[in-house]
Amino acid sequence: MGELRLMKGNEAVAEAAIRAGCDGYFGYPITPQSEIMEYLMMEKPHERTGMVVLQAESEVASINMLYGGAGTGKMVMTSSSSPGISLMQEGISYMAGAELPCLLVNIVRGGPGLGTIQPSQADYFQAVKGGGHGDYKMIVLAPASVQEMSDFAKLGFELAFKYRTPVMILSDGAIGQMMEKVELFDPVPRRTEEEIIRQCPWAATGKPNTRDHIIITSLDLDPAGQERVNLKLQAKYRQMEENEVRYELIQCDDAEYLFIAFGLSARICQKSIDLARAKGIKVGLLRPISLFPFPVQPIREIAQKVKGILVVEMNAGQMIEDVRLAAGCSIKIDHYGRFGGIIPTPDEVVRALEQNIIGG
Amino acid sequence: MEEAFAKLDIRKDENIVYKRTELLVDRALSYCPGCGHGTVHRILMEVIEEMGIQEQTIGISPVGCSVLAYDFLNVDMLGAAHGRAPALATAIKRMWPNRFVFTYQGDGDLAAIGTAETIHACNRGEHFVIIFINNGIYGMTGGQMAPTTLPNMRSSTSPYGRDVELMGHPLRMTELVAQLPGTYYVTRQAVHTPNHVRKTKKALRKAFENQKLRTGISFVEVVSNCNSGWKMTPVNSNKWMEENMFPFYPLGDIKVDGKLVEKKENA
Repeated sequence: MGELRLMKGNEAVAEAAIRAGCDGYFGYPITPQSEIMEYLMMEKPHERTGMVVLQAESEVASINMLYGGAGTGKMVMTSSSSPGISLMQEGISYMAGAELPCLLVNIVRGGPGLGTIQPSQADYFQAVKGGGHGDYKMIVLAPASVQEMSDFAKLGFELAFKYRTPVMILSDGAIGQMMEKVELFDPVPRRTEEEIIRQCPWAATGKPNTRDHIIITSLDLDPAGQERVNLKLQAKYRQMEENEVRYELIQCDDAEYLFIAFGLSARICQKSIDLARAKGIKVGLLRPISLFPFPVQPIREIAQKVKGILVVEMNAGQMIEDVRLAAGCSIKIDHYGRFGGIIPTPDEVVRALEQNIIGG
Repeated sequence: MEEAFAKLDIRKDENIVYKRTELLVDRALSYCPGCGHGTVHRILMEVIEEMGIQEQTIGISPVGCSVLAYDFLNVDMLGAAHGRAPALATAIKRMWPNRFVFTYQGDGDLAAIGTAETIHACNRGEHFVIIFINNGIYGMTGGQMAPTTLPNMRSSTSPYGRDVELMGHPLRMTELVAQLPGTYYVTRQAVHTPNHVRKTKKALRKAFENQKLRTGISFVEVVSNCNSGWKMTPVNSNKWMEENMFPFYPLGDIKVDGKLVEKKENA
C-alpha cells in the first residue's frame, strides 16, 4: 500500500504531479485553486526532483510556457479556475493543433464572468467541446474524490503523451478544497534529457547532424495541408473514443431509474441513491469519468433497461445534451441542476427524481 | 553557366570569401525583396554556426512577417502564438538550461500584443536572447499602424498619418526594457549597410555569448525598413529610415554588461 495522507484535492494533484515526474508547472493565482502552486512552492520540487515551478504574469503566459515546454518534450502542467481557463483557450487550441502533451487542471467556479469562487460544473461545454477555436478535442477526466485528483494527475500525463494531446482534469472548488484520505503512488523519476530525446523524436530539443530540424507549429497555410492536419487529429480522437472511455456504475444491477452525474454531483447522487432506496425507489448511478471521450455506448445500453434518467449537474444542463444523444431512445431524460456556486443537496435530487422522472 | 564557373580556377575553396551558411535552409525566403529580415536571418545563423551551437539551439518564431522563420533557420524551432514567444522561451530555457534559446519577433508581436510577456521575461532576468525587428508597421497583415509607428507616419490604419492625440505615442520598447534589472545587454542596430550588418552580427554574437554567463536577457533591436508597407523602393525606404526612424530610434548600445550606457549624440 502506498503512503496515506489527509490532503486537500488541490494539494493531492500537486503532490501527484511531483511524483509523476512532472518537469514544469507554470501558473497564476486564482481562487479556489491557489493551493496547487502554494503547495508546489512549499515542497521545493526543484530540490526534490528538479521540477521547475514558476509563477507567471498571467494565465496567457502560463499556457504559452506550457506550449514551449511541451514542444521540447517536457512533461508540463498548469492549473487555474474558470476565468483563467477561459484566458488559456487560445493556447490550448495551439497545443491541440501542434499536437503537444500537457496536463491542465480546472478547479471550476461559478460563472459567467467573474462569477463566484464557489464550486460549479458550468465549464463542461468549454472543456469537452473544444473551448478554443478550431476543430479539436482534449481528453477530459472528472475526479469525484481527492484520491482521484491524485490518480488522474498520473493518468493524465500518461494519456497526454500517449496521444500527444492536452488533457484536462475538470474538477471543482469543492473537490479542490475538501480534505480526504489519499493513497499516494510511489514517485516516478523525471526522465533524463537523453530519455526525452529518445522517447519524443518529434520534440524540438536541438538539432543534431543526424536529423532534419524540427518545427513545432499549428500553422499550415496550404488548405490541403491543414485539412490533412485536421484529418489526423480527428483520427486520433476516434482512437481515444475507442480506447479511453472511463465510467463507473453504482447500484445499477436492479435499477429502474438512473442518475447520470460526474464529479461532485456524482458524490451527491450516491447519497441520493441511499435516500431513494430507503423509500423503495430502485435507482442507480452512471458516473462518466472521461467526459471526452464520453461513455456513449454504456449509456445507450443502460438506457434500454431503465424507465427514466435524471442528469444531475451543477450547471443549467450541459452534459444532458450528450446523454440525450447517447441514449437514443424515448425514455424520459431530465436535468436537475443548481448554478452559480450552489451545491444541490441529496434531498433535492431525490425530489427532482420523484417529480420530474417518476411522476413526470 | 554552372559548368563554366566550375572550370574557372578562381573557384577554389581558398578563394571563397563568402558563401551562404548551411544553417540557412536552401529555399527561397518569403520576404519582400529589399527587406532586412533576410539579412538578419543570415547573420543570426552565421553566429550560431561560428559558435558551433546548432545542436544546442532552440529558436522561437513569432506571428508576423517572420512567422515562417522556422522554415529558413536550420535549427529546432517553435512557432509561437502572437506575442507569446518570451513565454515559450522562458519555459524552454528553464527546463533546458544548457540550450541556447532565442526569440525572433517583430514590433507588433513584441511591443503590442506581447508587451506583458516581453516585460516580464526581461524583468525576471531569463537567460535567453530576444531579437526584435522594428519596422514601425504591421508588415504581414498589410501595413497597419504598429505601436512603433512614428508620429505623422502613414499606415493603412493611420491613412492621414499617426495623430498622437488620437492614436497615442510610439513606444520605445528597447529603452524601456533597458531600465529593468533582468536585462544584461540591450542594443539597437540596423542592417541597411555593410558596416551596420557587421555591427549587428557582432551584437548578436555578444548576445549569444552572454547566455553562457546566465546573467539575464540580451535584447537586440534591429531597426529595419519595410519598403512594401511604407510604399517605397528599397533604396528610398532605407534613406527614409535613416532620416526618420533613426532620430526616434537612435542606434547603439543602451545597456552593456548590465550597466546603462551614457547617452551619446549621433550614435
